[in-house]
Amino acid sequence: MNENNAQAAAETTDTPIIEVNSMHKWYGDFHVLSDINLQVKEKERIVICGPSGSGKSTLIRCINRLEEHQRGQIIVNGTELTNDIKNIEKVRAEVGMVFQHFNLFPHLTIVENLTLGPIWVRKTPKKEAEEMAMAYLEKVHIAEQAEKFPGQLSGGQQQRVAIARSLCMKPKVMLFDEPTSALDPEMIKEVLDVMIDLAEEGMTMLVVTHEMGFAKSVADRVMFMDEGQVVEENNPNDFFDNPQHERTKLFLSQIL
Amino acid sequence: MKKVPNNTTDDVLAPSPVPFLRDPAKRAIVFQVVALLLVAFVSYYLYSNTQANLERQSIATGFGFLDKEASFEIGESVIEYSAADSYADALLVGALNTLKVSFIGVLFTIILGTVIGVARLSSNWLVAKLAGGYIEVMQNIPVLLQLFFWYAIFYESFPSPRQALNPFNGVFLCNRGLIFGVPESHAAHGAMLWAFVAALAIGWFLNRWGKQRQAQTGQIFPSIRVTLALSIILPLLVWAFAGAPTAMDIPELRGFNFRGGVTVSPEFSALLLGLVFYTAAFVAEIVRAGIQSVGHGQVEAAKAVGLRSGQVLHLVILPQALRVIIPPLTSQMLNLTKNSSLAIAIGYADFVAVTNTTINQTGQAIEGVALIMLIYLFFSLSTSLFMNWYNKKMALVER
Amino acid sequence: MSAPNTAPTREYLKPPVTEVGVIGWLHGNLFNTWYNSLLTIVFAVILWQVVPPFFSWAFVDSVWNGPSEACRDIDGACWSIIPQNISFIIFGFFPEGEHWRPGSAMLILLGLVFFSKSSKHWKKSLGFYWLIGLIVMGTLMYGGVFGMPVVETAQWSGLPLTFMLSFFGMVAAYPLGVMLALGRQSKMPAIKTLCVVYIEMIRGVPLISLLFMSSILFPLFLPEGVTFDKVLRAQVAIILFTAAYIAEVVRGGLQAMSRGQFEAADSLGLNYNQTMRLIILPQALKIVIPPTVGILLSAFKDTSLVVIIALYDVLKTTKVTLSNPKWTGYSTEAYIFLAVLYFICCYAMSSYSRKLEKTLHTGR
Repeated sequence: MNENNAQAAAETTDTPIIEVNSMHKWYGDFHVLSDINLQVKEKERIVICGPSGSGKSTLIRCINRLEEHQRGQIIVNGTELTNDIKNIEKVRAEVGMVFQHFNLFPHLTIVENLTLGPIWVRKTPKKEAEEMAMAYLEKVHIAEQAEKFPGQLSGGQQQRVAIARSLCMKPKVMLFDEPTSALDPEMIKEVLDVMIDLAEEGMTMLVVTHEMGFAKSVADRVMFMDEGQVVEENNPNDFFDNPQHERTKLFLSQIL
Repeated sequence: MKKVPNNTTDDVLAPSPVPFLRDPAKRAIVFQVVALLLVAFVSYYLYSNTQANLERQSIATGFGFLDKEASFEIGESVIEYSAADSYADALLVGALNTLKVSFIGVLFTIILGTVIGVARLSSNWLVAKLAGGYIEVMQNIPVLLQLFFWYAIFYESFPSPRQALNPFNGVFLCNRGLIFGVPESHAAHGAMLWAFVAALAIGWFLNRWGKQRQAQTGQIFPSIRVTLALSIILPLLVWAFAGAPTAMDIPELRGFNFRGGVTVSPEFSALLLGLVFYTAAFVAEIVRAGIQSVGHGQVEAAKAVGLRSGQVLHLVILPQALRVIIPPLTSQMLNLTKNSSLAIAIGYADFVAVTNTTINQTGQAIEGVALIMLIYLFFSLSTSLFMNWYNKKMALVER
Repeated sequence: MSAPNTAPTREYLKPPVTEVGVIGWLHGNLFNTWYNSLLTIVFAVILWQVVPPFFSWAFVDSVWNGPSEACRDIDGACWSIIPQNISFIIFGFFPEGEHWRPGSAMLILLGLVFFSKSSKHWKKSLGFYWLIGLIVMGTLMYGGVFGMPVVETAQWSGLPLTFMLSFFGMVAAYPLGVMLALGRQSKMPAIKTLCVVYIEMIRGVPLISLLFMSSILFPLFLPEGVTFDKVLRAQVAIILFTAAYIAEVVRGGLQAMSRGQFEAADSLGLNYNQTMRLIILPQALKIVIPPTVGILLSAFKDTSLVVIIALYDVLKTTKVTLSNPKWTGYSTEAYIFLAVLYFICCYAMSSYSRKLEKTLHTGR
């Protein structure tokens, strides 16, 4: 798997699709993210891990402006993220997000959940949107649930629907905020499988997770964050076999 | 897109400037300015119309009328009042009447509502069903209709003073109201009141001391019983000490009406009864919900530990139930106060009724309606403040 | 060792007599402790004293129809006050020959209400049906078209007025209340303050003061020569009043929405209007249907207050009937009739609301 990654990485362009330069963020007085520098190339898969409170979720939520950064730059697909509404909307149309608690819309059917974005944001005609939605539902192996409501599905099924929902907007980047943390153990695999499929097809992904198996098999880079800073960053083999910093070693010893 | 130079300086780190109308913060400001301008424009329009109309009809403005002579009588009053007093005095009488019916109403409603709420949960089928029926019926009939009903009972069913019902010695019931004798005013009464207050204060201190002693030695001090006893004994002592005055002011029929004693007018009675019976139905539901909100497992656990019924109630059920009961209860008490404004429909001289007469006489409708709204706003806002303080204090500590 | 077919059989005994059947129920529910037994006896005695005399007053010795003179000498209730005056009590001053118009208007309203009860019909089309229904009702009442003579709003009275003030008030107040609730949740300080001030002020004062304001002050607020009639003024006051209470109830629904829904809508790229219209409001409004029905219930009861500003709703028409010297003194009968009327309507609404609460809860 990793040889494929290296080859694919060599084929992509050099312009990063996400650029984060010297980004700082405060919650009131609390300095939650400190001097973050990150470059994500197209088709790259990055796993971000770290103890809770390290700011990893905050980081990816800054990338689609669910949180605002106070200092530094975030540039997504050539558009700089500022207070400019138009830029924000442009970025959000290119970036898909999968939440820890799925956040499906309970009053809409599965299909309606998926077609909402395309119909209202991309102004896609209904029929086309529905065909696309069914195609993506097939992709995440859940097409038979199309007319059901989220409340009737299990956690793993809901998360797969959530992934399909983001995919319907045809994003260039997918952000995953602890996608399997709220799932029962037996459902984690089905969601990870979908994510692996996505990765193999070449989607650029930033994944905050504790699933180290996933990191080892799919990631191009693993980042360790602690107390708002990026402590260490490396390819998976070197990261897990040869951690450089004390904090990384401590974290790895606790979760592996 | 800017490339970050190697030695970064501060101005590169600041976000780039945003065109005016696409900045959400600026858009919000524009929106608000437009909204405020709209409100200001509409207000100005109404204001100028009002000015013109007032001038046309030669109606005065301002609160100068408060000093003028009222020249109308008020049916009942807590303080001394006559038609020669000013409008300000008349309004004060109205406000005091509102407070009087509200306080007494709140007291009776809480008692009656609690009794019915508990009865609704009784294991006795008959009692529970009767309570349930009461709640359903009283909640679904408009309060004004209930007021009219009670008023009609007083006026149509009760006889005239000359043929008044006399159930007990010194107590008369007729269509002028309920009239009964009271102890004649005596200096000792003030002293007795002070003695009562003193008993409560002593009781409070004893309670604190008792709790400290319990913390150290484990002995329980019966504060409630002691305070109760004190509040009866101390005033009695004062009374005995003052010569045990027993003179009573008994009503006597002179001519067409009674003189002396205390008269509770039919208007007041009808208003009180109507408000109390109506609001108690809502309070009963609140009390029932509060008691039921305490999970049955709590009671079982408390009993398993060995607490007696009274202790279970006092230490486990009430603190939790009260937390759930008090917020909606306060809003019902507020509703009762607001509903007392219906007094005007049955002739009780509450604040709204007196202000209405004032408006009719002076023509100053704006000041009058403003006064009505201000006084009720005052009640509501002080109650809200109390509620917020109470909620903060009682909030369960959660993760 | 015992052989299989000599295993002891279980003896099925009968439970003691006091545990089952009628006696068992009585024992368990009415007499299970000395305290309860005492209560049962006390209440049974009270009921025995009160119910039979009431029964004979209301049903046995009573007169049900006929002229007022027939009521003079009887001991029982004079129910004839109702049938003799029913036309005025229900329809008030609406012209005699045209009673079919408010009658059918009320039937349309009841039809719409029953139609709306079943959740199968909760679609966008429901709003349109209500709109059309209200327009038809308004036309029926006002007249002027299809050869129906015009009946000014000043003559609309009795039960149709009660229904109109409450239902139309509710329908008009609802959008206003939702906007106020959204405004109160807004992050823009000016909007939020305006909404908070409005809501707290209106909720802090009794409806009577707003009715006074509408009947005395509105004429002053309008330029010279422009009037609008009393019924409309009262309707506006009821709308303004109800909107503030709806706003508080909707606020509760909005606060119950998890932040995750907002974030999911944001990350799809939906703007504020789309988020509210498609995602948040459909869910929030559904959650608060039971308390909303409660507000409708209160609005219905509160219409009786227009008595005080001399509008002829069904309570006032009853009072006017009672002031007729032929029928004075029979207020008990008249008020009981009204009470039953209100009770039926209000009980229907409140039991529906309770039923809704149960089904919505289990559906979540």
